[in-house]
Amino acid sequence: MQWETVIGLEVHTQLTTKSKIFSGASTAFGAEPNSQACQVDIALPGVLPVLNKGAVECGIRFGLAIGAKLNRVNVFDRKNYFYPDLPKGYQISQFPLPIVEGGSLDIQVGEGDKAVTKTIRITRAHLEEDAGKSLHEDFHGMTGIDLNRAGTPLLEIVSEPDMRSAAEAVAYAKALHTLVTWIGTCDGNMQEGSFRVDANVSVRPVGQQEFGTRREIKNLNSFRFLEQAINYEVRWQIEQIEDGHKIQQATVLFDPDTGETRMMRTKEDAHDYRYFPDPDLLPVKLDDDWIDRIQAAMPELPGAMRARFQRDYGLSAYDALGLTSQREMATFFTDTLALAGEANAKLVANWLQGEVSASLNRDEKDITQAPIAPAQLADLVKRIADGTLSNKLAKQVFEVLWTEGDQHGHSVDAIIEAKGLKQMSDSGEIERIIDEVLAQNQKNVEEFKAGKEKAFNALVGQVMKATKGKANPAQVNELLKRKLA
Amino acid sequence: MTYHSLKQLAGQLATGKASSVELCQDYLARIQARNPDLNAFITVDAERTLAEARAADALRAAGNAGPLTGVPIAHKDIFCAEGWLTTCGSKMLYNFVSPYDAHVIEQFKKAGMPTLGKTNMDEFAMGSSNETSYYGPVKNPWDMARVPGGSSGGSAACVAAGLAPAATGTDTGGSIRQPAALCGITGLKPTYGVVSRYGMIAFASSLDQGGPMARSAEDCALLLNVMAGFDGRDSTSLEREQEDYARDLAKPLNGLRIGLPKEFFGEGLTGDTAKAVQEAIAQFKKLGATTVEVSLPNSGLSVAAYYVIAPAEASSNLSRFDGVRYGYRTPDYTDLTDMYEKTRAEGFGSEVKRRILIGTYVLSHGYYDAYYIQAQKLRRLIAQDFAEAYRQCDVILGPTAPTTAFKLGEKADDPVQMYLSDIYTIAVNLAGLPGMSLPCGFDGQGLPIGLQLIGDYFSEARMLNVAHQYQLATDWHQRTPGGF
Repeated sequence: MQWETVIGLEVHTQLTTKSKIFSGASTAFGAEPNSQACQVDIALPGVLPVLNKGAVECGIRFGLAIGAKLNRVNVFDRKNYFYPDLPKGYQISQFPLPIVEGGSLDIQVGEGDKAVTKTIRITRAHLEEDAGKSLHEDFHGMTGIDLNRAGTPLLEIVSEPDMRSAAEAVAYAKALHTLVTWIGTCDGNMQEGSFRVDANVSVRPVGQQEFGTRREIKNLNSFRFLEQAINYEVRWQIEQIEDGHKIQQATVLFDPDTGETRMMRTKEDAHDYRYFPDPDLLPVKLDDDWIDRIQAAMPELPGAMRARFQRDYGLSAYDALGLTSQREMATFFTDTLALAGEANAKLVANWLQGEVSASLNRDEKDITQAPIAPAQLADLVKRIADGTLSNKLAKQVFEVLWTEGDQHGHSVDAIIEAKGLKQMSDSGEIERIIDEVLAQNQKNVEEFKAGKEKAFNALVGQVMKATKGKANPAQVNELLKRKLA
Repeated sequence: MTYHSLKQLAGQLATGKASSVELCQDYLARIQARNPDLNAFITVDAERTLAEARAADALRAAGNAGPLTGVPIAHKDIFCAEGWLTTCGSKMLYNFVSPYDAHVIEQFKKAGMPTLGKTNMDEFAMGSSNETSYYGPVKNPWDMARVPGGSSGGSAACVAAGLAPAATGTDTGGSIRQPAALCGITGLKPTYGVVSRYGMIAFASSLDQGGPMARSAEDCALLLNVMAGFDGRDSTSLEREQEDYARDLAKPLNGLRIGLPKEFFGEGLTGDTAKAVQEAIAQFKKLGATTVEVSLPNSGLSVAAYYVIAPAEASSNLSRFDGVRYGYRTPDYTDLTDMYEKTRAEGFGSEVKRRILIGTYVLSHGYYDAYYIQAQKLRRLIAQDFAEAYRQCDVILGPTAPTTAFKLGEKADDPVQMYLSDIYTIAVNLAGLPGMSLPCGFDGQGLPIGLQLIGDYFSEARMLNVAHQYQLATDWHQRTPGGF
């Protein structure tokens, strides 16, 4: 039987506010346990929550970015359950009236020229507070509780079950990651848990209308784990069904060491969270002025920028996606372009997507940590465009810039000068070298004249070698042909 | 000075006839002598009180005294006060020394008013007789075999017995007004949002409101001037101009329109209470007021709505008492669930457990719409009834409680009878209105009877004016229990 995979994601994005969503304590990562938990966070008797407007603003920004409906009145509810790292015995979240409803995000499905755009619908996004952390190691027979994270603001973004493969799920998660970091509502740091993904996965026979029973994979904190977990889960579910078993609705955990998912709890163990509006907090009212101000301050979004790059600069969908994968990358691109000239857009894109990205990956660096500046890349591209540098020489210059230069130091021209990397374009000089080469390689000359094309290439190679690669290969070709004619 | 008004005490301090230290020493001595019988206080800490009194005297010496600087006050043990044991009447918090001050406590500290002690109360403010306190019941100074009412029973009893000139209370369904009535003192529950709830241990967040309990309306006005005010740490605190609640005390009552809800004067109201209330009405007429019959058709449903909403909120509010971070934790447990279950089974009393169960039930999947949503609808209807009534009158008048103080143990095993003690007061909390109780007579057994005034939103100054004018014409509020 042919099976179809159905995936919906719930993504917890930690918001970038300096203080917590309902208290003044800091949200900075990595502090001593419980040093960033104030009396509100530890839920002393009598304390009350006060909403951080910055968190609401993040919610508005996200809603605007995905073209969603913003609920002009949205409400905080209490989700009641007991756990030691949940100090109040309830989590303040939003249930029937979240801040954001609807909206969508476009992803690219497929590689290269075959890539197509697919729209993933977003169900809702709601504000809530994070819980603390239970530390099961280091305390023999006991559990340590760190409440630094308790009360950290989150925007939970819930998608419709619109994805049909792990690859699509990853593409969506990446697009969402790009968007929330782009608009600055989340720092996107997955190691620190700022962007955590839950995947609802089910399978059904191709052609069947109803969804299969889903299992939810909790807390995936890398795109690789997301892909591995979904692929494992899909195989497992298909096997189960083909073996005659039914899928039980359940929550599962992914173990990166074994690459398998394992059951956490079934639907029968599910809590009745007894949601009700938190009487300590008033309904949140969003007025048009506030929304308009936030809208006015919104940057151009990655989707719009992608379309613009393709339209105005003739870039491929693949290049446009790559250049807008991160706001800083897009800025690097546009900054470089402003100096190199729009006519060189493709060249700039190629360099950023090629040499720059490869070097960043190799050095495990981010574009913000790149040792070269847009001005230097622009100079480099200009020297390629005006024929001063061949691609090969340009790579050598780039190497110097990358390893020796700092962002403000070496200029491209200085490196070309100092290392003698300038492309030879003086045809007199090249001709002189060609004559020498021809004189020393009479055998090749004779072979060529006898009709052996290969001999010609050998001669070109000899000329390039003699010029230490600085000759313009096209020019060498032309001059050689003329001499041998 | 036992039964002096706040104004008199402030006068003694201002003229140098007494120091705050001396006043506090006198009250502490009375507490030491009488509290063992009365059980109005859970915690007394003379050293701490006297330190605060010395600070108040220093403030006065430096010329920085406010109107009530140096006058001591007792605080209901629901208010977190830094360095004070704060139990909320529960075993669950038997060892909880608060590391911070409630907004109300801060306000009294700023006013230079020393804390005389923390008063006894029904556990987590759940009760109408003070019998649910883990620290034992409070006795009614008018009859030591009877209850003082609740939940602010300790506060009411200590003021009635002259162990403190004033006290703070909180009122979720009548917890200031009903004990004030049963102990023959004056108490006021302000409009919801006038007094900050920050640091006031939550019972039912949408109903809880702190307020003053004292010997007269005038004293309550002075205390409300201290307690009231916007607090950014309570999202339901109202940002309003600071007002002087004593500003209208002296106004005559000519032209005052008193609304008499026919539902309050039905068959439930009989005997001495009915008679005393009627006499009070006659007195108001003498003072120039007119009366008009009004109707609160949904008030009969208020107890039902209240016992859905209040337990629902309480069940969630009390979840933080889990033995993990502070307060009581069971000594023996096998795992986390066992720790939770035993801690909460041992730490909470039966009335608190009953309400947590009710609240959990009404919020459960499948019941929420039938109970909680319905109750919220009733709540809106009840508020609309009052709004309608205030088109015809300035203040609503009726009894505070259906009976005078009942005997200890009399209703302890009958929760529904106990819940009906608040039948006249609960609607006020559901609507968020201000209400007060003041003494208006005694029954055949010499027990005080309370008169309730209910005002429109933010009409505290007007209500206090009405009550004060009544108290100028009567002396019920000046009567004191024999033996104290």
